[in-house]
Amino acid sequence: MADKILKKLNIKVWRQNNAQDKGRFETYTIENISTGSSFLEMLDILNNNLIEEGKDPIAFDHDCREGICGTCSLFINGRAHGPDTEVTTCQLHMRKFKDGETITIEPWRAAAFPVIKDLVVDRTAFEKILQAGGYISVNTGGVPDANAIPISHEDAEESMDAASCIGCGACVAACKNSSAMLFVSAKVAHLAKLPQGKVEAKSRARKMVAKMDELGFGGCTNTGACEVECPKSISITNIARLNREYLTARFSE
Amino acid sequence: MSILDSKIPEGPLAEKWNKHKSNIKVVSPANKRKLEVIVVGTGLGGASAAASLAELGYKVKAFCYQDSPRRAHSIAAQGGINAAKNYQNDNDSVFRLFYDTIKGGDYRAREANVYRLAEVSPNIIDQCVAQGVPFGREYGGLLDNRSFGGVLVSRTFYARGQTGQQLLLGAYQALNRQISKGNVEMYSRHEMLDVVKIDGKARGIIARDLVSGEIKRFGAHAVVVATGGYGNVFFLSTNAMGSNGSAAWQCYKKGAMMSNPCFVQIHPTCIPVHGDQQSKLTLMSESLRNDGRVWVPKKNEDAEKLRKGEIGPNDIPEDDRDFYLERRYPSYGNLVPRDVASRAAKERCDAGFGVNAEGKAVYLDFKYAIERLGKDVIKARYGNLFQMYEKITDVDPYKEPMMIYPAIHYSMGGTWVDYNLMTTVPGLYSIGEANFSDHGANRLGASALMQGLADGYFVLPYTIGDYLADEILTPKADTNALEFEEAEKAVTGRIEKLFNIKGSKPVDYFHKKLGHVMWDYVGMSRNAEGLKKAIEMIKEIREEFWKDVKIPGELNNLNPELEKAGRVADFLDIGELMAHDALDRNESCGGHFREESVTEDGEAKRDDEQFTYVSCWEFNGEGKEPVLHKEDLVFENVKLTQRSYK
Repeated sequence: MADKILKKLNIKVWRQNNAQDKGRFETYTIENISTGSSFLEMLDILNNNLIEEGKDPIAFDHDCREGICGTCSLFINGRAHGPDTEVTTCQLHMRKFKDGETITIEPWRAAAFPVIKDLVVDRTAFEKILQAGGYISVNTGGVPDANAIPISHEDAEESMDAASCIGCGACVAACKNSSAMLFVSAKVAHLAKLPQGKVEAKSRARKMVAKMDELGFGGCTNTGACEVECPKSISITNIARLNREYLTARFSE
Repeated sequence: MSILDSKIPEGPLAEKWNKHKSNIKVVSPANKRKLEVIVVGTGLGGASAAASLAELGYKVKAFCYQDSPRRAHSIAAQGGINAAKNYQNDNDSVFRLFYDTIKGGDYRAREANVYRLAEVSPNIIDQCVAQGVPFGREYGGLLDNRSFGGVLVSRTFYARGQTGQQLLLGAYQALNRQISKGNVEMYSRHEMLDVVKIDGKARGIIARDLVSGEIKRFGAHAVVVATGGYGNVFFLSTNAMGSNGSAAWQCYKKGAMMSNPCFVQIHPTCIPVHGDQQSKLTLMSESLRNDGRVWVPKKNEDAEKLRKGEIGPNDIPEDDRDFYLERRYPSYGNLVPRDVASRAAKERCDAGFGVNAEGKAVYLDFKYAIERLGKDVIKARYGNLFQMYEKITDVDPYKEPMMIYPAIHYSMGGTWVDYNLMTTVPGLYSIGEANFSDHGANRLGASALMQGLADGYFVLPYTIGDYLADEILTPKADTNALEFEEAEKAVTGRIEKLFNIKGSKPVDYFHKKLGHVMWDYVGMSRNAEGLKKAIEMIKEIREEFWKDVKIPGELNNLNPELEKAGRVADFLDIGELMAHDALDRNESCGGHFREESVTEDGEAKRDDEQFTYVSCWEFNGEGKEPVLHKEDLVFENVKLTQRSYK
């Protein structure tokens, strides 16, 4: 409860200057970190120490620091978003670590997410998948009244469950095949659960899966690792739904 | 000064927008294809504008500093979005939403703009539903509504505690569709560093590719800035780490005036600062004040024991608790507006009743609601917020009250725009939080999302046509023109200057120092002496910054410290302008509290006689005092009254 001070931590972190660089681990020590600090605040402090020592600080992605923008990544001690459940790295706090511990930090590892620098990866592949069909084809204006089509409470809630995806990529990083099926299925289910999105559900599934395959993500073998590491608890039942949409789409071709 | 023409249409309030739409020019589809528009920022305003303009046929280039447009900070908005749908049959109307917004803003916003905002609000909800936003619904299948602070009707639409996320994903999907059609060129991880003017008109931007470090030129027929607010001038705020005021500041330096920069919103319910390692503050939704009771101990000695950790909140008997909002404001109680609740918390903590180790926290207690309604009801209402609180603080709010304290949240001030959302630079537009126009001196909850989407979906796509219709013969901007070359040279020069200082202290050192000055003297409570002191202190920090900042890494590689340095250099300037503005406005209104202007019982006192204007600051050259212009606010439809919540 009350914050304590972690006197010393060893931070073993992946350093890679750019996409071409081979990369390697380096270990730094850091002292006097409050257990009430967040993991990224610990990295801020480490970085300011490195700058003062004349070294290059560690590049990592982060922005909102409240678990919703999906920018932060980090594979910490072998787990996507670290050793807590239902949190992003920015919500992880230092009370989850012990004094004297060595903490290993790596970037997301996936062929489709090349490293840009240190812990920062390029997730443009996710953008391309969504651009392939992750939307409802309506223009601004000329739409019916919001209450024109009733939607059951249950459907709206299920759609919302899937729509909670923050696009962080933890599912891909956690998967031994680097599959993006949980990510794709979340968008497909979010829209297919709503009458507005149902119209294009099949073609959407087909286009998004084709793009996913093209971009070098692996296949899904139902290990369920993605669901475990998803900070927003997106369920793998969405993958079953995606498979259904996808198969009927192929069947009707 | 007549240089400010707000272009508010003549005629009755309710007819202004329709009349204006029928009078402004329209561009033919064939000509739209030849016209290029740059949109900077991809939050609710930017994403909705970029998508809508591309749908109309314009060629759009969109920019964001994040790795994806979906990550803009609109994503973090929790509670909801207002709209005058009157679905609840509780006598809501466009006029009522307009009136609540004007009053909530303490009569410092433009009537015509606010009315238009209320007028287009129902269209936003229709649009979002069509895009697949999974709003909360009743069991009968129709949309549900919530109540929010400062109003008497239920007009807030929501998607759990993630409304901003869902609305942004809706706009992002529309944007993605246009990207896939080739109508929008998307530049992620690009930061706008200057706006380029040719013949007095905005014709493009200079941006840095944050991955390669390359400085690039982009041309267009118009530039739209949708880059949000400048709350991070305080270092600690609820804004994202990268949220910044730099794009708006470059526009200011190129002639776009800044209005009411001292109007910033301080949100009363945020998780308090702990120690000195904190990087940002997390908001706890305003909706919690529906069921939580705010208190501190009555006795100083109890507060002292709490601060030392010798006792816990549950050890303090009922009679020794001071429910100060209920005591001071019996009619509104815990649901007073944000500015009032924030000041009251500060007053108690300053008097020595703060309850955390730092003495800067008050309790928000759900014990009474749990006794009344049961834990399950509270869990259904606020479960995700309670989980978030517990993850951050390691305290279970079902068992112990939350600790909360006010934090910087939103910028009501921003770039001056006319009724068409155009700045004082022709062809340069500002939308969403980046402009000043709709919230006066205090924004109501759930209205930021409404404004961002109103501007992007339903206002700008019409008004920009009025300008572009006269540009159809203007050729594509020549990025080899002297103006582009000079702007690029200035940008490169500034980056090299920063990089070559090679001083001894990291950027954060200066940012934190600035933040302390801003919070202490330009924060919740301001006075002339403190503001003058702040201006001097900021000048000193600026001088030290430009002598001693240390930027590691390389210029031609991803370099977050370099990005931060540029933003903090601008925050130093923005902070100073905020202090000037706060000094000029010797009245208390909304979030701006001047200690010299209070009622006998210590409440904020507006001075309508002297200050019923929008301050408009004009850049007057580096190191020179800015020039103040005034746009007088004219109220034809509401009567100005002193707000009271007692």
